[in-house]
Amino acid sequence: MDQRVTDTEMTMVPLGEDYPEIRAGVRAICDKYPGAYWRKLEKDDEYADDFVNELSASGYLGALIPEEYGGSGLPLRAGCVILEEIHYSGGSAAACHAQMYMMGTMLRHGSEEQKQRYLPGIAAGTIRFQAFGVTEPTTGSDTTQLKTRAVRQGDKYVVNGQKIWTSRAHKSDLMTLLVRTTALDQVKRRTDGLSVLLVDLRAVKSGLTMRRIETMINHQTNELFFDDLEVPVENLIGEEGQGFRYILDGMNAERILVSGEMLGDARYFIARASKYAGERVVFGNPIGKNQGIQFPIARAYAEWKAADMVTRAAAALFQAGKPCGEEANTAKLLASEAAWHAGEACMQTFGGFAAAKEFDIERKWREARVYQIAPISTNMILAYIGQHVLGMPRSY
Amino acid sequence: MKILVAVKRVVDKDIKIRVKPDQSGVDLANVKMSMNPFDEIAVEEALRLREKGQATEVIAVSIGPAQAAETIRTALAMGADRGILVKSDTALEPLAVAKILKAIVDQEQPGLVILGKQAIDDDSNQTGQMLAALTGWPQGTFASKLTLEGSDVVVTREVDGGLQTVKLRGPAIVTTDLRLNEPRYASLPNIMKAKKKPIDEKTPDAYGVDVTPRLEVLKTIEPSSRQAGIKVGSVTELVGKLKEAGVI
Repeated sequence: MDQRVTDTEMTMVPLGEDYPEIRAGVRAICDKYPGAYWRKLEKDDEYADDFVNELSASGYLGALIPEEYGGSGLPLRAGCVILEEIHYSGGSAAACHAQMYMMGTMLRHGSEEQKQRYLPGIAAGTIRFQAFGVTEPTTGSDTTQLKTRAVRQGDKYVVNGQKIWTSRAHKSDLMTLLVRTTALDQVKRRTDGLSVLLVDLRAVKSGLTMRRIETMINHQTNELFFDDLEVPVENLIGEEGQGFRYILDGMNAERILVSGEMLGDARYFIARASKYAGERVVFGNPIGKNQGIQFPIARAYAEWKAADMVTRAAAALFQAGKPCGEEANTAKLLASEAAWHAGEACMQTFGGFAAAKEFDIERKWREARVYQIAPISTNMILAYIGQHVLGMPRSY
Repeated sequence: MKILVAVKRVVDKDIKIRVKPDQSGVDLANVKMSMNPFDEIAVEEALRLREKGQATEVIAVSIGPAQAAETIRTALAMGADRGILVKSDTALEPLAVAKILKAIVDQEQPGLVILGKQAIDDDSNQTGQMLAALTGWPQGTFASKLTLEGSDVVVTREVDGGLQTVKLRGPAIVTTDLRLNEPRYASLPNIMKAKKKPIDEKTPDAYGVDVTPRLEVLKTIEPSSRQAGIKVGSVTELVGKLKEAGVI
């Protein structure tokens, strides 16, 4: 049934605590950024500058960048592990995860000149590559319908349109932007005619307005308005009109990496809940003695385990260059639900204390909820599995 | 000048240790192990001297089970140049360790040996001093500051009641105290590079050292748990209770 398993070359999946030295290194940094740090950031509506700077300086955000461009050239799985540990520590990698998957788009489809120009700086942490402009207010998951237009005029593109949920754009040096370069009625397939532009936000003088959107979590997100924004033609990634494929190509990596974060969240909730359930005494017994408290935590653990295995499988297939859409999507669905169920169990275990901000659980719980919506909604994953894995009719 | 740094694999400082039921020692099964924190300080100090151009090579030595290679790897990831692992599954006492280090010193001829003042597992605080005796080199123990002046090593020592500064004629032995420096974290590129750095594997036999224990552990027990206190109603009652307890 699965063509991939008939390959002569087997794809291996590591079990247990892989990359222990990387985990220990990330934990050592995260120890310096406890709950109080993240609470204050959120309260003050600030970006995790210090944390991101330290993580960059220590080379963790450049983990996936090849050594020839100043990174460590590690497999995608190492990226998962880094993000997982950040989330397990109680922090959030949302401030910096984007560059791990966007770097791949540049690496696979960018010109040598672009790679030489940007990747070493990204690896060293001197260039922040954290913003990704795809979604628009009127198109959402129906990406090919996006309205932002880029028209070539001589040696530059002139961009007009609007993007939404472009997180960290105001804190980033570079942004990838998906735009339509050929009108929808002039292309054969609606997936044609889209292009990826690399916008150097440091060089933007006019034509771009950013407006912050306040949200339930500190993701530092924005609405972007383009009014004759000029982007040099040399900043086109790959070929004009092929952008949709380039973005799709990076989406599996994104789903696998972000699954790492959710798995870290699940571990965080399970660890905190099971510890507290064993310590907190009510009616003369630790509350964990009650099945009503114990079983949801145990169930969340089982769900985490399953999600962890599929995430590892997805990362291994990705690394082997084999199709991994099924696993990447499944991992993202399972991990987002494992994290959410673990969060729910943790909230219930802590009772009233879960609502107290100083316990950090309500913050992590709010953050964990978002993963069922972003970077892709659960329904879109189910539609993918139904149609592309099981061969049922397209459901939307 | 070469600097030799001794690093020991010990139970991680954040782990709550448990005594084995038969009182023969501490239970190490499935317990997280790390580099002795005082040894991290030693590695850091050696690296700083090398970065200042006052040393050319930093060699990390660990003596213990095969897994002590991980401890050396940590030192290499921090920046040490190469490692020497002396494998021994016998429980090692400070004198045996000092003798092995002496043999390595003879072979490597370092200008400086930096060790942690003690390991956080057995708290012996003996190896550095014993090594100084065996080599006949001067020692600066409990260092909170270290500077090289030509071939002299100036060490500020944390002693009871204050600080004492001594000047040692190199080569010398220095043991680190907590305030000497704050050790760095290994960066990811350095963790990856460390995998390729060489670790020489040896045995105590190769150095002609007999590591048979000379001490016998009779028993290991947990510290007795603290008794609950009492509340007193007045100063008179407090004084009465203190007299009763025989402390005033």
